[in-house]
Amino acid sequence: MPEMTYLEAIRQALWQEMKRDESVFLIGEDIGVYGGAFGLTHGMLDEFGPERVRETPISEATIVATAVGASLLGMRPVAEIMFMDFVLLALDQIANQAAKMRFMFGGRTSVPIVVRMPGGSGTGAASQHSQSLESILMHFPGLKVVNPSTPYDAKGLMLASIRDPNPVCFVEHKALYKTKGDVPEDDYIIPIGVAEVKRAGRDLTVVANNIMVMKTLNVAKRLAQDGIEIEVIDPRTLLPLDIETIINSVVKTGRLLVVHEACQTGGWAGEVIASVVGSPAFDYIDAPVRRLGGRDIPIPYNRGLEKFAVPQEADIENEIRALVGGAL
Amino acid sequence: MAKPKVKENIIQDDFNERVRRLGLSDETLIGLYRTMCTVRHFEYTADRLYAEGKVHGTMHLSAGQEAVAAGTRLALQTDDYLINHHRGHGHFIAKGADVNMMMAEFLGKDTGYNHGRGGSMHIADFQSNNLGANGIVGGGIPQAVGVGLALQMQRRKEICVCIFGDGASNEGVFHEAMNMASLWKLPVLYICENNKYGMSMDVERVVAKLPIAQRAEAYGIPWSTVDGNDVIAVYETMKNAAEHVRAGSGPYFVEAMTYRYFGHSKSDRNLYRPKEEIEDWKQNRDPIMRFTKCLLRSEILGEEQAREVNAQAEQVILKAVEYAEASPDPDISTLMEYVYA
Ligand SMILES: Cc1ncc(C[n+]2csc(CCOP(=O)(O)OP(=O)(O)O)c2C)c(N)n1
Ligand SMILES: [Mg+2]
Repeated sequence: MPEMTYLEAIRQALWQEMKRDESVFLIGEDIGVYGGAFGLTHGMLDEFGPERVRETPISEATIVATAVGASLLGMRPVAEIMFMDFVLLALDQIANQAAKMRFMFGGRTSVPIVVRMPGGSGTGAASQHSQSLESILMHFPGLKVVNPSTPYDAKGLMLASIRDPNPVCFVEHKALYKTKGDVPEDDYIIPIGVAEVKRAGRDLTVVANNIMVMKTLNVAKRLAQDGIEIEVIDPRTLLPLDIETIINSVVKTGRLLVVHEACQTGGWAGEVIASVVGSPAFDYIDAPVRRLGGRDIPIPYNRGLEKFAVPQEADIENEIRALVGGAL
Repeated sequence: MAKPKVKENIIQDDFNERVRRLGLSDETLIGLYRTMCTVRHFEYTADRLYAEGKVHGTMHLSAGQEAVAAGTRLALQTDDYLINHHRGHGHFIAKGADVNMMMAEFLGKDTGYNHGRGGSMHIADFQSNNLGANGIVGGGIPQAVGVGLALQMQRRKEICVCIFGDGASNEGVFHEAMNMASLWKLPVLYICENNKYGMSMDVERVVAKLPIAQRAEAYGIPWSTVDGNDVIAVYETMKNAAEHVRAGSGPYFVEAMTYRYFGHSKSDRNLYRPKEEIEDWKQNRDPIMRFTKCLLRSEILGEEQAREVNAQAEQVILKAVEYAEASPDPDISTLMEYVYA
């Protein structure tokens, strides 16, 4: 299996799907010769031409609205929001329009669009270019929110997202773009709404998304040397959330920690925890159920400050050690 | 508040010459009249049903604005796409929507266009390329860019007509959309129904430079304004505009000057506009009254026949009410349906 980066895996999915399906097109700012702010669509203009790699003015709301309108006529647009932060300018079209159209119109249409958006901190881009806003997007029934952590998942989830008849927010993490992994050349789908156990373990369940999956796996490796076996679950899709897989894991381990980069207050960890403690897994819980989110501040610019605004491996490790401490 | 009195013969003197030049047959003209009567009966009936406590939600009635809907529709092809706004009953009826299903939706019934999920503000009929109304002011304006783009990419000859109010032209997406539609020469006919008010707000207090249509100039979009209460003038303007759009020359912008009779929505005491102004529009500029006079004077329609067409239109609406009232509510067990495809 060829090794490629997270960014290349997403590009390959877009590329292959545009070859396969004429109704797929890209729309966004600077996605042509520039290749988008992160170079993800690099080379696609040459391959597919300006009609299908549609560069736009800086008009986020109308970029998404254009995708919505075109999808009603059978197109399968993939819109790029340059930084996830800017999705707030397009939120009416995502939340009031795309997410609700099928329902409001009595099931007589659907809105098959994908809105790609790179979120996350770590690049020194400061408060308006570094947020993790996926929790906000989970609050709109009718949307799907997809959030891959590996190159393999990114490709399979992108192919699934484009083929899904519903509007999908495809949340990428900027700091994952250069991470590498094995990715098959073939066409394959990772089903939306299915979590994956990234590492099996008996002592504690950690649910983490995007870059926190990687960090948690690193921590788990270290802890294993001390005989602590962590089970790491990557929901991969936040809406709909595969809570079954998480509950089953907690039944097994009796302990739960949820880790995300998004600000802790109002973050999706609360959703996971509420669902788990309200489930039959409650009877199996042996330790306080905890969450570790980003600090409740805007992301700062300074390298050191930026780093400590979001959970670090040491923070994850400390949380885990505290939770498993006495019982082992 | 003194408004310039519109002379009764505003479309009288040259009426025959105009309809002949436009090639409008008697049958077509009577059809226009019928459409306008149907819309008016729908709106007055909706108001009555509301007063009778039969309506759960809100509504935005277009009585007084019928000529814009009827004249526009006549200038379009059956397959053209429609993106409508909250005050959209007239455009839906003109496009040929089933008034039974509209009325059923209005009453929240399962047999309505949206299975009772949408109500008056969200009626859509995808079978007839009616892509729906919008509860977010201006929400549909940028979506028309997408419809136009799809039509262009699919090399089709239909166009997209996008309806919105004067108030919507102050939303940011209006400007984004005008720019993009013009840049890409999209087949979109933008129609601003200027009924003088956005809710209570007089257009003169919120638009820095009138007419609204001249904003199109800044985006390189050709534009015109039209007396929206003169159905023949609306037709002629929209016909020219639609031809421009269909020829691939890019979008066109029309501002139709009109007036709404009812309050903004279900509750409205008209505190923001003088009673005399409302009366003036009703007595002197009513689109149906003006058109009827023309038809009578040019003997395209007799008094008797006019009454008959109007009565038939009323019957259609009363039947729709019967249909809607006899229809079942959506079953509560279906609450969670239609969220995802
Ligand atoms: C984004 C948004 N802001 C405000 C409203 C409340 N609202 C509904 S209709 C309306 C007035 C719209 O005026 P206009 O566009 O002129 O249309 P009209 O009602 O006059 O036909 C307002 C303020 C809304 N529905 N959506
Ligand atoms: Mg208005």
